[in-house]
Amino acid sequence: MEPGDRSDEPAVSLSQSKALVPLLLLFGLGVLGILATLLDGHSFVPPEGAAANRAYGPADFPDIFDKDDALTGLEEARAAGLAIPVPGPPLTEGLYPCSACHADMPTNPVRRVVDAHGDIVLHHDEENRWCLDCHDAKNRDRLRLASGALIEFTESYKLCGQCHGTQYRDWKSGIHGKRTGYWNGAKRYLLCVHCHSPHSPAFKAMKPLPPPLRPQYLAHQGGSHEQ
Amino acid sequence: MNNDRSRRDFLVGATAAAAGMLAACSPAARERFFRRHFQELTPSEIDARMCRLKEDYDRQLGRPTTVSARAALPDTVFGYALDLSRCIGCRTCVYACVKENNQSRDPQIHWIRVLEMKKEKGIDFEGANPYYDPATVPDPDHFYLPVACQQCRNPPCVSVCPVGATWQEPDGIVAIDYDWCIGCRCCMAACPYGARHFNWGEPSLPAKEANTNMHVLGNRPRPRGVVEKCTFCVQRVREGRYPACVEACPVGARKFGNLLDRESEISKILREKRVFVLKAELKTEPKFYYFYSL
Amino acid sequence: MNPFSVLRACARHVVRGNRAYWAWISFLLALIVWGGAAYVEQLRHGLIVTGMRDQVSWAFYIGNFTFLVGVAAAAVVLVIPAYVYGWKPIKELTILGEILAISALVMSLLFVVADMGRPDRWWHLMPPIGRMNFPSAMLAWDVLALNLYLVLNVVIVAHLLYRGVQSRPPSRFALPLIIVSIPAAVAIHTVTAFIYAGLASRPYWNAAILAPRFLCSAFCSGPAILLILFQILQRTSDIKIKNEAIWKIAELMAYAMFLNLFLLGAEVFKEFYSGTEHLVHFTYLFSGIHGHHALVPFAWGFVICGVTAFLLFLFPATRRNPVTLNIGCLLIYASVYIEKGMGTIMPAFTPDTLGEIYEYAPTLHELRVGAAIFSVGFLIFTVLCKVAVPILSGQFDPRRHASAAESAPTASAA
Repeated sequence: MEPGDRSDEPAVSLSQSKALVPLLLLFGLGVLGILATLLDGHSFVPPEGAAANRAYGPADFPDIFDKDDALTGLEEARAAGLAIPVPGPPLTEGLYPCSACHADMPTNPVRRVVDAHGDIVLHHDEENRWCLDCHDAKNRDRLRLASGALIEFTESYKLCGQCHGTQYRDWKSGIHGKRTGYWNGAKRYLLCVHCHSPHSPAFKAMKPLPPPLRPQYLAHQGGSHEQ
Repeated sequence: MNNDRSRRDFLVGATAAAAGMLAACSPAARERFFRRHFQELTPSEIDARMCRLKEDYDRQLGRPTTVSARAALPDTVFGYALDLSRCIGCRTCVYACVKENNQSRDPQIHWIRVLEMKKEKGIDFEGANPYYDPATVPDPDHFYLPVACQQCRNPPCVSVCPVGATWQEPDGIVAIDYDWCIGCRCCMAACPYGARHFNWGEPSLPAKEANTNMHVLGNRPRPRGVVEKCTFCVQRVREGRYPACVEACPVGARKFGNLLDRESEISKILREKRVFVLKAELKTEPKFYYFYSL
Repeated sequence: MNPFSVLRACARHVVRGNRAYWAWISFLLALIVWGGAAYVEQLRHGLIVTGMRDQVSWAFYIGNFTFLVGVAAAAVVLVIPAYVYGWKPIKELTILGEILAISALVMSLLFVVADMGRPDRWWHLMPPIGRMNFPSAMLAWDVLALNLYLVLNVVIVAHLLYRGVQSRPPSRFALPLIIVSIPAAVAIHTVTAFIYAGLASRPYWNAAILAPRFLCSAFCSGPAILLILFQILQRTSDIKIKNEAIWKIAELMAYAMFLNLFLLGAEVFKEFYSGTEHLVHFTYLFSGIHGHHALVPFAWGFVICGVTAFLLFLFPATRRNPVTLNIGCLLIYASVYIEKGMGTIMPAFTPDTLGEIYEYAPTLHELRVGAAIFSVGFLIFTVLCKVAVPILSGQFDPRRHASAAESAPTASAA
């Protein structure tokens, strides 16, 4: 006799109890029932009208991804012998050289809101700045630094850098702004004005590209993986 | 005894059948099945395998392709930095990566996941939302955190792979041999950044959308049932180019370079900006840094 | 008798059975075919036919694997009292525990194969043609440990049955092998726990308590199957199983159940009291987050079943009563199955590493493959018991001179 064993047997011994089979059947039915509820809980079909519930790819946005202009403008800039080789500024068609019109026009140095070039709205510290703070009054083909020095449009970063010194410093090291090309070789910088309009520099908000497909809809796109 | 003879006959017959089946397979099929691990190949075997792969992909894509096995450049360890002040959550990098690296379009695989987080909570993964789709970005109350493979210096995925199908290359890129991976997905459980993705179904890549400039460890089309992830565009960076996401970003938030070069952009960022990494307490020591330039 | 005629004698016992036996075998074979067809579909389309996705990359198959490794380790609950403490009533039954271990191990390995994305590359694990990332990868350790334990149990069972058929006692090497199976059983489940506990990326798993929890839950769920089986055998065969053996096993299970609940309580305290970010996985399990509460009924279900089973097993009156004993066995089996399957795997992935919640649910494909694998295990168990039980009850018919007797009638009929 082991310690803890009781000498009196229970009324129904294990081999004679009729409970085992019904309990096993009940258990089996319970398992099947639970499995059935698990399967019902599936919905692999995206709800109707849900916008981003199909799988998008780069082919859906050809205007963004079908061009490869990563190195455009680099060779010309190097050929032009620029100190920092950047592609030419995005000047409006037909306006440059500005002296074509302005050479013969009288200059009005009074600070005011100008009605010519009406498509340009100044949103760039317009309380304190106006056109002739940056554009040279006598030579409209040049920009004017605070020292009085005149620079080409291709070096407009020097002008921006006068006020935005930290961005200028970071841009020169490659920390600020988009840079393409070779990490161990030729790099194409962009001018500030390629991304920031000088008259209204804030980045415009844009529509984002579509979100990824939710995992429960992954299998439902091509139809070849039907459940 | 009858028993012994019948047993012997069976064994002889079975061996003969197996040998016959093996001999009947084409050499290409045999080579494909018994492919050895990439790291164990001699240079001439690597060349032979690249030729075989090129033939396969030429046929699959219907266009001439190149499959490179370019090794790591000397004195190079790649680092990446992402400017969280600049990212606007436009997802251009996500789709540029898909185009460059031949991800399956259906089932969809994205190597980069952009998380939208509340500014007032800072970096809080529990509140992160990768499925944001507002009319315009950036949303004024949120900031955006793109996440892809962090190319850890101490990668947990490499430690747990039972067959050694993933390893760290000398230039710091964590690579996968797609022909060796058995699809057990232990690496996916081990990755703290959700950076590894599995080919649950047969990947589909329309031939005309494919990038034919491929690297064996990078952007060649993957088979079903294997794991894949960002490789820092190994096919580009070992030729000296920036990764596709760096070039695609419209705001210049992504920076890349050689950590061993003091004058590279990445080294300057580490010196001049204050960088941090995700989940630093896990000591994975990523080579993907985040910083704020404003 | 040479091994071949021993095999033939065993085969004769396997194919001899009554209607209930053949109904059971047919049921198992039908499930194997039904599930096998689902696995073929999975081979054709890939794992996309399951409910697993990048966010929850391990689920039903790995949950079952974990549970079944625990069942395999549970043979220890028989071996320790029988061989370390020399308690005779259990000693005769240890072979049944080892047969359970073999069936459970085969099922675990089949679940691992079912979960692999490229099962055709299984040989990549085997040096020298493959490459095993040993000692760094815990999965590599697990492959070694599971296969060694399987071989160990197959050798022990084959040897005991072989000697039993010949009515000879086991050789003197059997006892050391059986004793070695004790640390081996602890090892397989510890290594399995280490696969999960070693992942810093999954805070729900990355706890030292995981290995002890696994062992305790294994030791209370595995023997539950054996207790039910012993009662079935008491009715369907002439094997003599003393009630004391069953009650002693139930008593040991009670200790394991207490430790299981205690360790669960310790985990729950640590997470809820310190309330860090890691709490979110437990919150998901026990109360749901952000409207996602698929696991909540299962979580409370396993707690209630586990506590009820413990109480039933705690008191000798209910432990010995056949009805409450069996209710307790089924309850603890269900409790540990849920706790180790869904309760261990899914909360670790929900939310995932980037905070996303994907509520996984198994698909019919996965359930069919699971049913097939369980049927394979039950089939192995049934077949081996069909041989072992007559040996244990002394009714094995070896028919040494069978070949002469069998060929004579056919020759005369021809």
